[in-house]
Amino acid sequence: MKIHEYQAKEIFAKFGLPIPKGEVVIAPDEARNAAIHYNRPVMVKAQVHVGGRGKAGGIKYCKDPDEAFFNAQEILGMDIKGLIVKKVLVTEAVDIKSEAYVGVIIDRLSKKNVIMVSPAGGIDIEQVAKETPEKIMKMGVDPIYGLRAFEALQLARFIYQDIKVARQGADIIMKLYKAFLGVDASLVEINPLVMDGQGTLIALDAKINLDDNGLYRHPELEKMRDLDAEEPAEIEAKKADLSYVRLSGNIGCIVNGAGLAMATMDLVKYFGGQPANFLDIGGSSSPEKVMTAMRIILNDSNVAVILFNIFGGITRCDDVANGIVQAVEKLNPRVPIVVRLTGTNEDKAKEIMQKYQFPATNSMEEVVKMAIKEVA
Amino acid sequence: MAIFVDKNTRVVVQGITGRDGSFHTQQMLNYGTKVVAGVTPGKGGTEVFGVPVFENVAEAVKKTKANTSIIFVPPSAAVDAIYEAAEAGVSLIVCITEGLPTIDMVKVYHYLKTKGVRLIGPNCPGIISPGFSKVGILPGQIFAKGPIGVISRSGTLTYEIVYNLTIKGLGQSTCIGIGGDPIIGTNFIDCLKAFQNDPLTRGIVLIGEIGGSDEEMAAEFIKKNLTKPVVGFIAGRTAPPGKRMGHAGAIISGSSGLAEDKIKAFNAVGIPVAEIPSKIADLMAEKLAAHKKKATLKSAKSTLKKRATKKAVTQKTAPKRRSAKKPVKKTAARKKK
Repeated sequence: MKIHEYQAKEIFAKFGLPIPKGEVVIAPDEARNAAIHYNRPVMVKAQVHVGGRGKAGGIKYCKDPDEAFFNAQEILGMDIKGLIVKKVLVTEAVDIKSEAYVGVIIDRLSKKNVIMVSPAGGIDIEQVAKETPEKIMKMGVDPIYGLRAFEALQLARFIYQDIKVARQGADIIMKLYKAFLGVDASLVEINPLVMDGQGTLIALDAKINLDDNGLYRHPELEKMRDLDAEEPAEIEAKKADLSYVRLSGNIGCIVNGAGLAMATMDLVKYFGGQPANFLDIGGSSSPEKVMTAMRIILNDSNVAVILFNIFGGITRCDDVANGIVQAVEKLNPRVPIVVRLTGTNEDKAKEIMQKYQFPATNSMEEVVKMAIKEVA
Repeated sequence: MAIFVDKNTRVVVQGITGRDGSFHTQQMLNYGTKVVAGVTPGKGGTEVFGVPVFENVAEAVKKTKANTSIIFVPPSAAVDAIYEAAEAGVSLIVCITEGLPTIDMVKVYHYLKTKGVRLIGPNCPGIISPGFSKVGILPGQIFAKGPIGVISRSGTLTYEIVYNLTIKGLGQSTCIGIGGDPIIGTNFIDCLKAFQNDPLTRGIVLIGEIGGSDEEMAAEFIKKNLTKPVVGFIAGRTAPPGKRMGHAGAIISGSSGLAEDKIKAFNAVGIPVAEIPSKIADLMAEKLAAHKKKATLKSAKSTLKKRATKKAVTQKTAPKRRSAKKPVKKTAARKKK
């Protein structure tokens, strides 16, 4: 789950990390008031879940409250990479003497939490990795013992020559790592970590990606979800324990199993069709889940046929069949339905489907071709 | 012989009294798996389909000599269940549960390595060695005993492909669902190593998907260490970047984890990748035939070479004959061969 810069900064503050003073506003005069309150130049920063806000004109320096008003007015409502800016963060402008990068990710290869640091801050770290990889230092943290102080200092000294500044940096790295563990993150980043005019290190930007699998033990973080930034259908699906990703085609797909759902999408494209979505109803499916899945798909006006591809493992085919029948009775779908049900309890399922005589098949290729035929 | 599970596998079911735990205990028993115990704290002394339930894994292992555990408990309890099983002394843990926090899995992974306990999963359908044992939720009726090893990150996509293999007469030695999460206990290379050393396995099907670089690492490993033929399939060719496609591990991050890169990596080391699931069985059959032909040719060449060398040696060391007559018996015997 992604969260905004201002939310990440709130979390960082809780873990003792130094952040600039700031507040979130939703109107230009609020921005002006904040600038008056701070009584110094401020930054107005778009709060959207994408990178490259600066380049897109979503981050502006304001030397006085009137400029804060003007810039906030410009930025609020702006479309940045498909996301509309609804909130801006007004923070005290910091006198930047240097910029560095500090981040923590879970590395799938070494299966460790890896800390990355670089004296090349303020740039996309993937770019640094490509062009000047020697400017990045990585360290895998011991999974049992955690991050030790001498390791944090070693990392900090890669960025800062001066030992006093390096000790500041090491303290920040230790706290950042604690924050990473404390919120069940999959990624945390301070880019840039700046040194201000007084020689103090401050996190000018903050990014936290939360592990969806960890959210159950952080209900207060779940509340930070920005419902405006997510597809309403994807949110509804998540609530019903379905995985749904909206695409742009007209063949709605309901499949049990993420791998099979991806393969179904691929197969639709292979035979010349356009999938409308990815939807995994998962294992242990109930008739209610099938109904919810159908409702979500039918809400997409592009959908012209619904394709079921069910291979029963934990999923019982008769559960799915009952679900389809109930859904059809309740929702009265405006589109044809084609069905493939194979596996656990498939005979019971067949009996149930016979009543409605849906075009049915045992073959995955067949059901895809049938769906494509329906929309042709 | 199959890998990781065989007729010596004795299973304890953690979460046996739950809906999925009990359902699949019956399914495993029907398949012939030796399910010897179950664990649900508070339900010790009861029975599920004739399987005795214990208060904890240590007791179950002590009383029944279970050596394998399968975990059906909810995600908030599953990490702890893995630790408990490892401490109780099982040598294989299969975690079906999806949704384990990734940060916890980092710790679990390294802990199990130091303990020498194998974990399959989490978020996986389990493992089956047809004719021997099933530790998981895979539908036993689609599997058949045979020479193909199957390794997959998926559940139902695996069944789809195995179904096709079985229909085409290509039975399976062992099928392992390694799971859909970013941090898993057993990866492609772990299985490939075991399959290479398994006399029952003659060919391998590898089913991957977007996310991570396990397939690319497997390709490198296959190039250096495998003599058995491999055929691949990668799901998610048409997945949009940045979106988690169901599996926590199925996500294209920036420029990494793309299906096309995995396909390229396989092709670069001579592993054909099927475009659609139904083509895998044919590709595997082709590869097996080609491999057999190559092996037969190699073996024939080697036999001819041996004979030529033997002849040369015999002529060198044989005593010089006064008569010009060739020894008739020997030639006749050779001709018979």
